[in-house]
Amino acid sequence: MVAVEKMVVTEQIEIAKNIFKLVLKGDLVVKVTAPGQFVNLKVTESLDPILPRPISIADLNKENHKMAIIYRIEGRGTELLSYKKIGDEVTIIGPLGNGFPIQDMKSGQKALIVGGGIGTPPLLELSKQLALRGVEVTHVLGFQTKEAVILQQELSEYGKTYVATEDGTEGTKGFVTDVIDQYELEFDRLYTCGPTPMLKALEAKFPEKEVYLSLEERMACGIGACYACVKETCKKDDELGYRKICSDGPVFRAGEVVL
Amino acid sequence: MSRLNVSLPGLEMKNPIMPASGCFGFGREFANLYDLNILGAIMIKATTVEPRFGNPTPRVTETPGGMLNAIGLQNPGMEKVIGEELPWLSQFDVPIIANVAGKTIEDYETVAKEISKVDNVKALELNISCPNVKQGGITFGTVPEVAKEVTERVKAVSEVPVYVKLSPNVTDIKEMAKAVEAGGADGITLINTLTGMRIDLNTGKPIIANVTGGLSGPAVKPVALRMVYEVSQTVDIPIIGMGGIQSAEDVLEFYYAGASAVAVGTANFVDPFVCPNIIRDLEKLLDQYQINHITDIIGRSWA
Repeated sequence: MVAVEKMVVTEQIEIAKNIFKLVLKGDLVVKVTAPGQFVNLKVTESLDPILPRPISIADLNKENHKMAIIYRIEGRGTELLSYKKIGDEVTIIGPLGNGFPIQDMKSGQKALIVGGGIGTPPLLELSKQLALRGVEVTHVLGFQTKEAVILQQELSEYGKTYVATEDGTEGTKGFVTDVIDQYELEFDRLYTCGPTPMLKALEAKFPEKEVYLSLEERMACGIGACYACVKETCKKDDELGYRKICSDGPVFRAGEVVL
Repeated sequence: MSRLNVSLPGLEMKNPIMPASGCFGFGREFANLYDLNILGAIMIKATTVEPRFGNPTPRVTETPGGMLNAIGLQNPGMEKVIGEELPWLSQFDVPIIANVAGKTIEDYETVAKEISKVDNVKALELNISCPNVKQGGITFGTVPEVAKEVTERVKAVSEVPVYVKLSPNVTDIKEMAKAVEAGGADGITLINTLTGMRIDLNTGKPIIANVTGGLSGPAVKPVALRMVYEVSQTVDIPIIGMGGIQSAEDVLEFYYAGASAVAVGTANFVDPFVCPNIIRDLEKLLDQYQINHITDIIGRSWA
């Protein structure tokens, strides 16, 4: 059930260049049902910008009613968000979307979690919950350069974590797919979030495997009403022919929508 | 005795607040959030003869106080809307205003004829003002003679009153209003969005894939108010006013300008509970301004 709530900032820190972790406290946290869900944040009570910003939930603590989001300053909205201080209120709409499916993953099964850049944050809560279920998790994270690396340490708590950077300043030089090849990583299910070229590469690499992708697009409402964030379905005979990233996703099985 | 109930052609409403077409889908998403029975009416998403996918993404962007959209009339088509969406909406005691669009006048006639037979459809809203489709839409809404002809032909086949949604992208909104009134329109809804664009400095290209989009939100409210003010003093049919409404205060302003009911659009995307909030606040606001009934103040600003 979606709620609108003024949540209180309890922490705001820059964890990498222009990348911030914001911790918010409020009752809405208990409504979150799955890792990979997101919230729509009003970065200002004024009218500029007017629309809320959709950002995924990175970390959840239901006992303390706290959740963390991790975002990069990309424009005016996220810049305003970065000015929020401890004690400030932020209007939040959420939780939104359907997260990653984890209920059917059993103890001892293997999950490969692949993050690309600022797509990595929702995978933190995912990894935590999978590890709690006894699933064996392995992470592969891809970034442009060493300076942009985030969550490597946090994810290492739940499983082996490999890093690739395009310029080779950290970990393997190259892409996440190079790491997967290099270490011959195996899995029962792959979960991923990141830039579209990376998602496409993973989808193409593992056509026979269970792969779940989390997507993003410019949104207005975040609840499925505005039709701003649609993707075409891969199956041409699909009854609808499209999916809404916000309310049908943001997580889809690879092969469901055209990337 | 309610101080908010409003009667308009085809529409017996508990209050004058309704979500605007294209900003509420077919109601399903909002029904998860609150009881739709509290709404005065619902303007459903534009319906065309055939299912439409709409435009490529990105479909939305922003400007201070407003948003630009180019969704492109995405909808499941007349058959699905009549067979699935409207029957689902019939569980609510709320009149439905069906927004009708098409590429040709024949398309408008076809949709109007069929959709107006559905029990809970109490009025049509003729969409001759969508700026985001290549054929139809606004091409019928900028030349008075053409707008009159579409209105006449839809009126001839519709079983319920017909409201015509006007575009603000015209030189003289009064001429358009007079034309559709002469064509037999039972009411006018205005304004649709204003055509605009934004450009990405990194790519040097338009942000919206469709290049241009329709501007909505508080940024357009003064334009909408001016047009409601002008049109309401030009024609004798009622006006459902819209354009940037996000509070009960905004509702009063539209009433003073000459509206007989109002629709809330973009604000539904900013706060999904905006319609119930406005309805809750409106009665208190009537007290504050010592207004007995909402209809008492229609056109209070007129000279």
